[in-house]
Amino acid sequence: MVEPHVRILVAKPGLDGHDRGAKIVARALRDAGYEVIYTGLHQTPEMIVAAAVQEDVDAIGLSILSGAHNVLLPRITAMLHDQGAGDIKVFCGGIIPDADIPGLREAGIAAVFTPGTSLEQIVAWVRDNVKPRGVTA
Amino acid sequence: MLVLGWGIVMDQSSLARFRAARERWARDVLGPALARQPERAPRFSTVSDLEIARLYGPDDLAGADPGLPGEYPFTRGIHPTMYRGRLWTMRMFAGYGTAEDTNARFHYLLAQGQTGLSVAFDMPTLMGYDSDHARALGEVGREGVAVDSVEDMDLLLRDVPLDRITTSMTINAPANVLLAMYVAVAASRGISPATIGGTIQADMLKEFIAQKEWIVPPRPSMKLIQDLLVYCTREVPRWNTISISGYHIREAGSTAVQELAFTLADGIAYVEAGIAAGLDVDAFAPRLSFFFDVHNDFFEEIAKFRAARRMWARIMRERFHARNPRSWMLRTHAQTAGVSLTAQQPMNNIVRTAIQALAAVLGGCQSLHTNSMDETYALPTEDAVTVALRTQQIIAHEAGVTHTVDPLGGAYAVEALTDRIEAEADAYIRKIDDMGGMLAAIERGYPMREIAEASYRYQQQLERGEKTVVGVNAFAQDEPSPIPLHAMDPDVERRQVERVRRVRAARDAAAAARARDALRRVTESGGNTMPAIVDAVRARVTLGEICQVFRDVYGEYREQAVL
Repeated sequence: MVEPHVRILVAKPGLDGHDRGAKIVARALRDAGYEVIYTGLHQTPEMIVAAAVQEDVDAIGLSILSGAHNVLLPRITAMLHDQGAGDIKVFCGGIIPDADIPGLREAGIAAVFTPGTSLEQIVAWVRDNVKPRGVTA
Repeated sequence: MLVLGWGIVMDQSSLARFRAARERWARDVLGPALARQPERAPRFSTVSDLEIARLYGPDDLAGADPGLPGEYPFTRGIHPTMYRGRLWTMRMFAGYGTAEDTNARFHYLLAQGQTGLSVAFDMPTLMGYDSDHARALGEVGREGVAVDSVEDMDLLLRDVPLDRITTSMTINAPANVLLAMYVAVAASRGISPATIGGTIQADMLKEFIAQKEWIVPPRPSMKLIQDLLVYCTREVPRWNTISISGYHIREAGSTAVQELAFTLADGIAYVEAGIAAGLDVDAFAPRLSFFFDVHNDFFEEIAKFRAARRMWARIMRERFHARNPRSWMLRTHAQTAGVSLTAQQPMNNIVRTAIQALAAVLGGCQSLHTNSMDETYALPTEDAVTVALRTQQIIAHEAGVTHTVDPLGGAYAVEALTDRIEAEADAYIRKIDDMGGMLAAIERGYPMREIAEASYRYQQQLERGEKTVVGVNAFAQDEPSPIPLHAMDPDVERRQVERVRRVRAARDAAAAARARDALRRVTESGGNTMPAIVDAVRARVTLGEICQVFRDVYGEYREQAVL
């Protein structure tokens, strides 16, 4: 078990129904020993932030393939910040052109995983970057 | 004499001679060769993990009779002359931005020699939301074209000769609404519904299984499809009423066998629904069409198409007692596998798409979409789409594969794979039958779980290096491969929101309210909703408003998410 007390919310913002990636990543994180909560599809930023706060998670993994990432993802990080949960690490993956990555990073998305990323890379990133909230590493 | 299943007559002594020869070969030729040079892997399997034998021969051909093309069971193709008579329809799926943007892409594609249209709608349209709905934020015109009202449909089809060009619309939950808009636009140009041709996807079962764009729960969704079936059978007889789709099932991570089995099981459910709605099977079955993925594994894909035709012919004739040969024919669109494309070294995607397109043609498809190399990043650029279309034209006009019907028919490996895929898909269908059919299987989450398992298994094989993707887990390059991308107009959402509000403000409010009330009443009473939907779209009731009636009456669907 790796960091058994780390809780991760895997969420699908937007209207696209492509949940293959989200489910595979959620399973891989679970297999790596994390506690994973999966929101299911078609979540608004409000729904995702509410779930993250309620479940007291340490990180949120967002999967989006609809092209709405530049609009929806910054809203999620801004709402987390407004609700005093800005220390939740947010990472994302999906169909995201390279040109959009700097803007997402600036909006507080800690990592952007594009197609072809291996599960190993994602799990390694989580291991190195996500710590239980309130605990100083 | 021994009649091998597929009509080739081989007497016992020839088969015995072959078996003896094979034993001798294994001992004298194969054995020493393996001793000198072992094979590259202990096991060879398809991308779907179907094990493939070293060599196939006449003794592997125990399966069903592929017969001849153009007759039951159509294993070798639905037409006796196949592409010698008529090439497949080259139909590129396109849609982005506003109706005007997509209309311009359509005219570009038609000018490049494309022979049919195929509309991609944006996510809010697929989910039955207008562009100014809160849930549409950031999604308008992104993954397809936004269509809110009949006025958008009119712009989308501007200068398209609807009596000559057929149009395929990839729309499911609100399919009835989009078809009503198409019919209304044709009527406004003096073209009768009886003369228009096209396809509407309207396959909600695969939405619940894989694509996951829905509005109301599975049972009322099936009722709306019944309405569409009955309406089209009577009023729009040249329309393909349901495009029973394996594509999304495969893209969600299924194996080839699962794609085939779940798609045919969906087809069985639709045929049962049509019969339950009071239609004679031969009145509507000829207008059912199919849509399959075509993935990287060349022979597996070809075998899948051949098995699909044979299985559907049997299902229709033996299970549903259809008498019209057109009811037995599995006519199919194919699309190359989006999921096989890589962000790394994107030019390689042109090659993948070409191989997949060739498999679709050797598999005997009726229409084909080829993906563009840049689609792991964004909607395709015009240049990328052109290469994808040219790929089909090169296969059609240069490769020579169209000159003879089913050129791989009789190939030991292909026939054996066809039989194997058929047998495995049959087993799945029996299992689904035992659960009470696909609707019941979906309600239990069965196909979704099977797909999630298969996709996770494949991902693990990939990570362990048991499966190779060039440029990703082998032959990777450090340097990025920059390619030009299609840029979205950031102003699309604002313009589209303004337009739908303008339409609502300008319409005859009383007439729109009356049409909505009439639709609500017929929905509540269980009558056929199609005529009321056509009246509503003419009265400028929007897509979102019509779908809200369905949400109000039937409730919204919420998936029980399973990992």
